[in-house]
Amino acid sequence: MIRLLAPFRQSVWRDLLLAARHKTEIITALFFFVIVVNLLPLGIGPDPDLLRKIAPGALWIGALLATLLGLQRLFAPDHADGTLEQMALSPQSFTLLVAGKIVAHWLVAGLPVVLIAPLLGVQFDLSGRSLFILTLSLLLGTPILSLIGAVGAALTLGVRGGGALLSLLILPLYIPALIFGAGAVEADLAGIGPDGHLSLLAALLVVSTFFAPWVATVALRVALE
Amino acid sequence: MLSVSHLTCQRGERVLFQDLSFELPQCQWLQIAGANGAGKTSLLRILSGLSEPVEGRVTWNGTPLREDREAFHADLLYLGHQGALKEELTPLENLTLSLGMEGFEVPETTAVQALHQFGLQGREQLPVRFLSAGQRRRVLLCRLLLRPARLWILDEPYTALDIHAVGFLSGLIEAHLLGGGSAVLTSHQSMTLSPGMCVTL
Repeated sequence: MIRLLAPFRQSVWRDLLLAARHKTEIITALFFFVIVVNLLPLGIGPDPDLLRKIAPGALWIGALLATLLGLQRLFAPDHADGTLEQMALSPQSFTLLVAGKIVAHWLVAGLPVVLIAPLLGVQFDLSGRSLFILTLSLLLGTPILSLIGAVGAALTLGVRGGGALLSLLILPLYIPALIFGAGAVEADLAGIGPDGHLSLLAALLVVSTFFAPWVATVALRVALE
Repeated sequence: MLSVSHLTCQRGERVLFQDLSFELPQCQWLQIAGANGAGKTSLLRILSGLSEPVEGRVTWNGTPLREDREAFHADLLYLGHQGALKEELTPLENLTLSLGMEGFEVPETTAVQALHQFGLQGREQLPVRFLSAGQRRRVLLCRLLLRPARLWILDEPYTALDIHAVGFLSGLIEAHLLGGGSAVLTSHQSMTLSPGMCVTL
């Protein structure tokens, strides 16, 4: 099992190392998230009740867009320089290597968003409990965004104007995660409790963890032909 | 043994080659010759299992490629004409990480030795973007020293190499063949090795 996971670890480590050499990309995505979320209160006005109401949606949409920003570069550089070919020719499972790349993408694009979200939530006047639920929903939800996004990135690999196509393809698939993620806080405020929404989000995460790397790999093999 | 029977390759409307058959036994190497655009790289990609032929099949030790991809890829070392090197990483990181993803844990000292053998002393910790085309090629060729494989498929391995490196590479290929391996090469340059077999597309 450990031998099997060694290439997976290498794949994650490699992408993290590359990201560390390209710090601007991480910072850009994070600042994009911060700015999008900050623009909403400025545009809507300082009504505390209204802000509390839109906070989960605002943060979630910010997270969606921030994830989308780096997604196009998930496979494209590796495709351009032939690394993807070498990965496909590895005696190790290509799916596992692709899964490693997705995990690295989440660590670079998703995790910082989750960590900074409570801070941004404060300026929407959210209570401590709501902040906690919102962060938890993002923690469960952002990996889903990376996983489903990887399928889109693999499908649009090598397509001219792939960036716009990727957004069109992927954003509708993000709808369930958005509904259950942003809905968790509202459900809690309405007195239903967040458990149902969070459980569904966790179920989505499990399903996409199982299927997304595999589907992305199939799409990548087609793109490499 | 790599054997190919009745292979047809098509790119769009154009048929690049058809009904191509050959067998490559151990200790032999095959040169693929042909003009630019004749389909040399397409043939190599089919042989390595990256793309599927329109017709015909490729077998390795009697098993069709797609039936046991992992066993074939364990025996195969493919170097395409793209570098598969990351500009931001050092030669050392490039080698250890790419081999690590193939399941070969290479100790750093071994990788450094391979880089020295290819004349890259003092460049181990320099990001690849500071290296010349020939030096990048040498980094890539270090894989030949570090990763055991019975079949080498090399696309234009002599590109950008100086005369010393060409000699060293020819020696490596010869040693590989003597050790029971086999190799498929495309090259425009006249080869110092005596060609085992030659397919002209």
